[in-house]
Amino acid sequence: MRTTAHVSRPVSWQRRALHVLLILAVVCFMSVFLLLPLAVVFVEGLRGGIAAFIDTIGQREALASMRLTLLVAAIAVPLNLIFGVAAAWAMTRFQFRGKALLGAFIDLPFSVSPVISGLLYVLLFGAQGWFGPWLEQHGVRIIFAVPSLVLVTIFITLPFVARELIPLMQAQGSEEEEAARVLGATGWQMFFRVTLPNIRWALMYGVLLCNARAMGEFGAVSVVSGHIRGLTTTMPLEIEMLYNGYNEYDHIGAFAVASLLALLALLTLAVKTLLEWRYSDQIAPHTPGGH
Amino acid sequence: MYRRRVLPGFGLSLGYTLAYLGLIVLLPLAALALKASGLGLSQLLQLLSSPRTLAALRLSFGGALIAAVFNVLVGLLVAWVMVRYRFPGRRLLDALIDLPFALPTAVAGIALTAIYAPNGWLGQWLVPLGIQIAYTPLGVLLAMAFVGFPFVVRTVQPVLEAMDRDVEEAAASLGATRLQTFTRVILPMLMPALLTGFALALARAVGEYGSVIFIAGNIPMRSEIAPLLIVEKIEQEYAGAAALGVVMLCFSFVLLIVIAQLQRWSGRWAERST
Repeated sequence: MRTTAHVSRPVSWQRRALHVLLILAVVCFMSVFLLLPLAVVFVEGLRGGIAAFIDTIGQREALASMRLTLLVAAIAVPLNLIFGVAAAWAMTRFQFRGKALLGAFIDLPFSVSPVISGLLYVLLFGAQGWFGPWLEQHGVRIIFAVPSLVLVTIFITLPFVARELIPLMQAQGSEEEEAARVLGATGWQMFFRVTLPNIRWALMYGVLLCNARAMGEFGAVSVVSGHIRGLTTTMPLEIEMLYNGYNEYDHIGAFAVASLLALLALLTLAVKTLLEWRYSDQIAPHTPGGH
Repeated sequence: MYRRRVLPGFGLSLGYTLAYLGLIVLLPLAALALKASGLGLSQLLQLLSSPRTLAALRLSFGGALIAAVFNVLVGLLVAWVMVRYRFPGRRLLDALIDLPFALPTAVAGIALTAIYAPNGWLGQWLVPLGIQIAYTPLGVLLAMAFVGFPFVVRTVQPVLEAMDRDVEEAAASLGATRLQTFTRVILPMLMPALLTGFALALARAVGEYGSVIFIAGNIPMRSEIAPLLIVEKIEQEYAGAAALGVVMLCFSFVLLIVIAQLQRWSGRWAERST
């Protein structure tokens, strides 16, 4: 700490007491406010014992919701990964008019309420929406079907990768890439041998956050899903349906599925902290954001 | 111009970016704008003026405001303790700050309900004391404060870390008390970060859905938030939902512009102070 170099006044016992008091206050607050909800999920999920837990998450509907959540993330995350790289490349390597506006549009989904994100797609593809009648005539279902779940998830998680890459690539500059080109590398050679290795940790960081959000999204998918159990319910929606069920068994089921998502959240936090700690110079200084 | 010749992929990357954004973001937004503009102002106001809608809007905006103020006060304290003091478990707690970002909102919602419901972990002790949190507006505030908690901490922390202790030493050597140093020297330097965190937490809380609806009980006129009303209106008729959506979206955009200005301001501030 820098203060040791300064001539500081001796710390009085009152100030030391204040320090201890403040630390205790923060530890107590965070334990009740953050740690307790996390603990509740696991304890309530395991209330019926391990066997009941495994039995619950092995239910047909629960398994279907897990498959659907994985499927939606497996489509949405790679698409937003490619988008993020393309957007960051265009934004940081070239000058063009309207760049600030483009940046604002990339960030936009973060400032839209999840419910409104869902509403946007209902207005587009719903029965009374723009393309609704046309889609109905041609027998294509988007709303209340899997395509709409994928679309709103893409919308919600669109900024994550781009947001991570843009400040980093801006800071890194393009000298290495220009050198590669001058030395005769093709565009893709330059990309895979120079650009990608330089941004890989930031890319992983962005994908990590994007994936966590894609798998955990509730509000937006809730609006477009139609809640057809076993068909259009992702894990967060399955939690809701179990929770609003009538018997206590369902309650435990809701927390059992929730504990799987809580595990994912913990894993995400652990990897995120590790990346920040180990590669802090290779990921952008992060600003919090997003719904 | 030289650069554009050397580095490839301008057309491809920008074209892809614009096409993707156009399809995923702009087209749906245009659908909402068109639906809303088709309503006309008088019809829009009429759709919004029912007592139930007004109550929901008041709870969403008012509640988010209170939750964001709470987050500023607590977030400042947490950031201060995390940056200035060393104690066992600090790193773990620091990582835990981001939990509300990482935990899916539905999970947070049922967990908070299980804690504060009348027969819940803490609720069974609090309700006999007359403090009912779940299924009241207080529960809505609590869920909003939970999801917005990391913003202020994470905007204030880096500023506090970069802050030069010399300034505080100078204030102290000029005879300022600890409290004076804090209110006259430290707080003004933190102000842009605090305001940015406040605006981010506010924006998040206004639109929050998943974590709120479980604990709110969703009693019309009392603990029903505007996003839930949108969901209900979608099932009946799109116009009402679109009207509410436009109001909330406009608010988000104004807030977005304010946040961008604040961040520019705090960026300038940081440059000047180094």
